[in-house]
Amino acid sequence: MNKILLIIQREYLTRVKKKSFLILTFLTPLLFAAMMILPAWLAVHNAESNENILVIDRSGLFAGKLNDSDKLHFSVRDISLDKAKENFYKSDYTGILYIPHAPEKENPVLYFKKQPSVVTVQKLETRLENVLREQKLRKALGVSQQQIEQVKADIHIRTVKRDETGGEEAKHNQISMALGMFLSMAVYFFIFMYGVQVMRGVIEEKTNRIVEIIVSSVKPFQLMLGKIIGIALVGLTQLTLWVVLTMIFAGIGQSFLTSRLPQGPDARQLMTQMMQQKVPDSSAVAALAANNAKVGQALEIIGSVLSLPWAKILFGFIFFFLFGYLLYAALFAAIGSAVDTQEDTQQFIFPVTLPLILSIVMMQFFIMNPDSQLAVWMSIFPLTSPIVMMLRIPFGVPWWQIILAAVLLVATFLFMTWLAGKIYRTGILMYGKKASYKELWKWLRY
Amino acid sequence: MRSTPILRAVDVSKSFEHHRALDRISLEIPRQSIFGLLGPNGAGKTTFIRIINQILAPDQGRIEIDGEPLREEHIYRIGYLPEERGLYKKMKVGEQAVYLARLKGLSHQEAVKRLRQWFERFDIMPWWDKKVEELSKGMAQKVQFITTVLHEPDLLILDEPFSGFDPINTELIKAEILKLRDRGATVIFSTHNMESVEEICDRIALINHGRKILEGPVDQIKKQYADRTYILELAGKHFDPADVPEPPFQVLKSTRDKDTDIVRIKITGDAGINDLVGALLPHYTLKGLREDIPRMRDIFIRTVNAQTPVQS
Repeated sequence: MNKILLIIQREYLTRVKKKSFLILTFLTPLLFAAMMILPAWLAVHNAESNENILVIDRSGLFAGKLNDSDKLHFSVRDISLDKAKENFYKSDYTGILYIPHAPEKENPVLYFKKQPSVVTVQKLETRLENVLREQKLRKALGVSQQQIEQVKADIHIRTVKRDETGGEEAKHNQISMALGMFLSMAVYFFIFMYGVQVMRGVIEEKTNRIVEIIVSSVKPFQLMLGKIIGIALVGLTQLTLWVVLTMIFAGIGQSFLTSRLPQGPDARQLMTQMMQQKVPDSSAVAALAANNAKVGQALEIIGSVLSLPWAKILFGFIFFFLFGYLLYAALFAAIGSAVDTQEDTQQFIFPVTLPLILSIVMMQFFIMNPDSQLAVWMSIFPLTSPIVMMLRIPFGVPWWQIILAAVLLVATFLFMTWLAGKIYRTGILMYGKKASYKELWKWLRY
Repeated sequence: MRSTPILRAVDVSKSFEHHRALDRISLEIPRQSIFGLLGPNGAGKTTFIRIINQILAPDQGRIEIDGEPLREEHIYRIGYLPEERGLYKKMKVGEQAVYLARLKGLSHQEAVKRLRQWFERFDIMPWWDKKVEELSKGMAQKVQFITTVLHEPDLLILDEPFSGFDPINTELIKAEILKLRDRGATVIFSTHNMESVEEICDRIALINHGRKILEGPVDQIKKQYADRTYILELAGKHFDPADVPEPPFQVLKSTRDKDTDIVRIKITGDAGINDLVGALLPHYTLKGLREDIPRMRDIFIRTVNAQTPVQS
């Protein structure tokens, strides 16, 4: 037992002390944080620029129709385009919007000093389109302004799950989908990244010819297990550091961003309010939604995030993450023991990891049909369950399926580790022998 | 006489698929001796050594250490230097040596303390913080030797310990091995290098095709293989084979060095060394006479060839 601890310690420390580990551990959260902060940063800095626009309207359709908004100021002037252009840089205008006689046949032109944001241009287009549409409705069909106002509609669909007991809750499928995909991808990458590290470690010991020295002090099985557990701890360390550092970096980035916003944005207040509300009951949300569509929508999203089966997700993630890795790590160790060089591993890696790859390939389908028969069976089958079950859990999976999958996974893990141990025991002391499947079968029976 | 042997193998057999690696090997290794385990490649030496180290389990038979059947704790009393050996390339020398010592049951402090002594004795202290990949092969071999003996094992198993060493370091290691024996350790020494066998081994066992074909003290075996061939140094006149009639004498070889002839003569039949000297004395001045004791190398080749069935 003491020796396994020594092995775990060595495997852990040599990896954690590597430069590549430190670099990866600190750079990845920076990347994650940037991915979280960047959209917000772009939204703040690039959303709408303040524009003061001189409108030259040759069509005569827009007189009195272009109202100022908080970022867009329009001045409609009846001057020639050439003159306006000539005086452009003497004036305060940031742009000249030239609308020809028939703006639908001949495109309007926006002259500018500084590139306006995409959002600004889109808004201008929408404004012009709306004005034109209303004009047409009025002139061609004789619809009154009042009627036009009445026809305007803003629809947002609330999705509500009604369960067997009659309870209702708002569901945002996108959240479950995103979470499911994220979790299963995380499990997939973890198994692959660290499984391959186990394999490399075994090959390293073999090619360095140290393995026989070690197995004269410890049992090969102890060496294998120590390596697998040590590397698992490296992975968990990395994961924890990633989560913590991402949060820290994102926090720093966020406070930096908000400090640079002059007028305190409502969104921030809104968020604090929403967080304090905790789980909003759906009737309150519905009432709120009636008053303020945007706030209601945001509250509903938060509500459905909070109503996700977090206990199952947390248990499932830790469990399937760990045992999925342990199961495959044992197989990777067996592969490493059977070959002499990294190049020879391909023929074994592919069949071993086929269930994993298949699960990822099927992800698109499963995410759309998380309760389809195939998805259910693959989430119970131990070679695919770590990935497929994590994909399904955010959508809601009954406990019996999770428990069944967990029991099968542990049983398979024990069996595979025993099997891998037998191959490993023989493989690590075989040099220069090209291992075939037939050969491996023999090793099992030594 | 002596106490129970430190190691006793009784009828040890081990088979791999269609291949009998060890066939009922029985032998005893007396305490505080250097025991040569000899045999051609693939004879089963490494399998036998691995069974002693509990890396493999025998199919049949048993191994006893100090009269007790092999147990897990015995590995602390064994130091093993395998033929296929190496170190973690990326690890520092000192750190790695401490790790290996701790796997053999030493505490961290004890391992560091003993390692310092050895490193100072071998004058390799500056290597402590170097990575193994920075060492030459011979340097790494020295470190490996130290890690093998650091926990002061009663039984040392050295498989080709001199490969990779230059002659100076070979002598250094040889001296260390003899010193360890004199302090009470028993050494199992597996090699193809027959000169070193002759120099340091007390007893040997020769294994071929998984079977033990020869065992005993080195000097006895040599005597056993001596076939009454003598080397004589003669002066006076040029050597003439006609002076030693064919039966019972057989001249194998004669060479002339300045005014001395060196002649190898085998005696057959009932004749003795006196008869040979008697036949020569009237003609020559006898300057030297010694028995031509076969070298281990010749015994090895002769025995293995005799045992190997001639194929096609």
